[in-house]
Amino acid sequence: MASPPEAAPRTSAHSNRLVAWLDERFGWEDLLAPLRHKTVPVHKLSYWYFLGGITLFLFVIQVLTGILLLLYYRPSANEAFESVQYIMTQVQFGWLVRSIHSWSANLMIFTAFAHMFSVLFLRAYTKPRELTWLTGMVLLFLALGFGFSGYLLPWNTLAFFATKVGTEITGQVPLIGKPLLIFLRGGEEVTGATLTRFFGFHVALLPGITTLLIAAHILLIQRLGMSVPPSQEAAWKAMPPDKREMPFFPNFFAHELMAWYIALGVLGALAALAPWELGSKADPFVPAPAGIKPEWYFMFMFQTLKLIPAKVGPIDGELLGILGFGLGGLVWVLLPFLGGDRYGRRQVFIRGLGVFALAYMLSMTVYGYLAK
Amino acid sequence: MRLKLTRLFGWWLLAVGFWPRAKSQERFLLLAAACLLIPAVLFADQAPPQPAKSSCVDCHSSFPAPTGVTEEQWATDIHAQKGLTCASCHGGDPKDPSPEGAMSKKAGFRGKPKRTEIPAMCAKCHADGAYMRQYNPSLRTDQLAQYQTSVHGKRLAKGDTKVAVCIDCHSVHGIRPAKDTRSTVNPLNVANTCSRCHSDAAYMKDYKIKTDQFAGYSASVHHDAMVVRGDLSAPTCTTCHGNHGAAPPGVASVENVCSTCHVFQAQLFDISPHKAAFAAMGTASCITCHSNHRIVHPTDKLIGTGNEAVCTNCHASGDPGFAAAGRIHDDLAKLDEALKRSDEVLDKAERSGMEVSQARLEEAQGRDSLTKARVTLHSFQPDKVEQDTQAGMKIADKTYAAGLKALAERDYRRKGLGLTLITILVVLAGLRMYIRQAESRKQSGGS
Repeated sequence: MASPPEAAPRTSAHSNRLVAWLDERFGWEDLLAPLRHKTVPVHKLSYWYFLGGITLFLFVIQVLTGILLLLYYRPSANEAFESVQYIMTQVQFGWLVRSIHSWSANLMIFTAFAHMFSVLFLRAYTKPRELTWLTGMVLLFLALGFGFSGYLLPWNTLAFFATKVGTEITGQVPLIGKPLLIFLRGGEEVTGATLTRFFGFHVALLPGITTLLIAAHILLIQRLGMSVPPSQEAAWKAMPPDKREMPFFPNFFAHELMAWYIALGVLGALAALAPWELGSKADPFVPAPAGIKPEWYFMFMFQTLKLIPAKVGPIDGELLGILGFGLGGLVWVLLPFLGGDRYGRRQVFIRGLGVFALAYMLSMTVYGYLAK
Repeated sequence: MRLKLTRLFGWWLLAVGFWPRAKSQERFLLLAAACLLIPAVLFADQAPPQPAKSSCVDCHSSFPAPTGVTEEQWATDIHAQKGLTCASCHGGDPKDPSPEGAMSKKAGFRGKPKRTEIPAMCAKCHADGAYMRQYNPSLRTDQLAQYQTSVHGKRLAKGDTKVAVCIDCHSVHGIRPAKDTRSTVNPLNVANTCSRCHSDAAYMKDYKIKTDQFAGYSASVHHDAMVVRGDLSAPTCTTCHGNHGAAPPGVASVENVCSTCHVFQAQLFDISPHKAAFAAMGTASCITCHSNHRIVHPTDKLIGTGNEAVCTNCHASGDPGFAAAGRIHDDLAKLDEALKRSDEVLDKAERSGMEVSQARLEEAQGRDSLTKARVTLHSFQPDKVEQDTQAGMKIADKTYAAGLKALAERDYRRKGLGLTLITILVVLAGLRMYIRQAESRKQSGGS
């Protein structure tokens, strides 16, 4: 029987041998070298760096819980609701898996938005990180797509009518609106065909594209390093000895791990204390319930569209709103190319734009929930 | 066609007016003409068609009621909308501008018909199936025949002109179809229409009948269904009394009237011991317990041996009916209590976020059992009622257990959460210590 003091060296010897085996064949050490040398700047705003990692962690949780849900979920109008009900009531820890999946989806979208605004306000999106911003923005849109497609999958009343309203709005897009609506719904109306389609988007198409883009996003961060806020950069330039950094491994990673654990605790608490509701099964033949509202992350757009008059001059109000959001989204995606130099005067304008957008989104969301 | 040509001419004037080579004076004239012409042409075809002028309305619109009829009032009348004129009922010639000509005997002027003549006058068209088919093929044409069997019709035949004739219920010169919610005979308004006479104690004095029917109906479950819930199939005066053949149902026919809606209750009553007993006593079946106009929402207190129970009106302690009433009441109360208990625990579980929809579904079946038992009690056979309440009790016990299980599961989850959070805190503390060690190692290595 081996004594405990001998066990550690033996394990270490085994792992060393494995590393040597891998190194001999794939150049393992060369692969890990950049990570070993990677450092993270340390300053008073460093905690914003954790948001991207937390978003990634929540995405991984989504994938894992999503795979578990797939074991029981059935994507058809006749069985979807019952299968989710079965998961919630009969499957061991099914309630936990589904609640964590739903809560982490919402938290992921929240942290993705927070990450985007932090990057904007810390001017981390400027040259040379244009592509990082671009991939990040597409990832944010994909996260919204995940939310929209996943919301329908339990096939409950709220999801059914929210999808009906959401796809109707899509149908207002000029030229491609109608074909897009038919493509999304799989016909003129929201039916079982829509559910099957959304399921396909949710578990195959979107995860595939998202995984590739996350890889590209992380690769770009690894290649370009962490951005330092302009004010901090100037201070360090003036006083180089003040510059502080920490190794990515193990220091920053341990910090990030702490953040992940906190996120896990929050998720667990939400799932246990406020399990995600199932509602009642969708019935396409009953009228829409009064005061139907979309998920919170679409609320600001929904409320805006509600407030725009039916006609603004000769243009249809809803169409004008959709065009406005489309144009706004495009400008937002292209900010690194429109903003010019990191220290230029345009940055003041962009900061103002960011503050306005954030205030607008928050106030419209609150208004949307308070309005009847 | 003429309108199109005029419009084209207007556009042509406009185009020539803007022609670059036109002289300024010509241009002014052309544009002015076009401006005058185009709006008139644009809006000409949107103006509503003007109804044919009637000399009757010319004069009568300025008269006070009852001879005054305004053009607006007449336009709302279904007869006007179908193309009928004043002369259709009153005779005369509405095209003749002079009063003498319009109301001449030669032109068939009949003037204001006597009240006794009104049913027959309306029936001239309304009892003519071939004539009415062209306007509304599904409209009945037996109104006069029905009316003649009614209390109103019989009294009118004897010369009592105070009773209701067609125009008292349907109004006059502003008659709307019954399906129109503004019609005086729309189901929503029937009770009000009847009450105009039947709640007027002074008017009804000679007939020696009560005038509290409307007050009773207004407090009834039927009124609640009709007015509060907007259920137009709920009964109003005419549902039980008939409309054109309005008469109070006799003692023997009350059950038949109620059973047109309450089918199962009537079937069960027929096999109950009360059927023969009520017949022997000469009392009307349903209304003995439920009253007639003031039919309030029945509760379980209505049956049994309590103060509010109607059973004690006939049964006294010691007789088998008294014991049966008590047993039925107790069974119903027990199931109701069990369902409420289950409801409370399921509510609590739901508020805690637990998924109990399956138990809710089953609980609804338990409620159905209670409803069924409340219907079965019309057989007044305690064993039959017990069969239904027992079925409900089984369900209520099961759903109560499901609620308790959900609450236990909630507590288990909360304990699990507590343990998980403690584990996470321990890991966080460990990580924090590890980071401090790593940072102090780096500092000591660096210095």
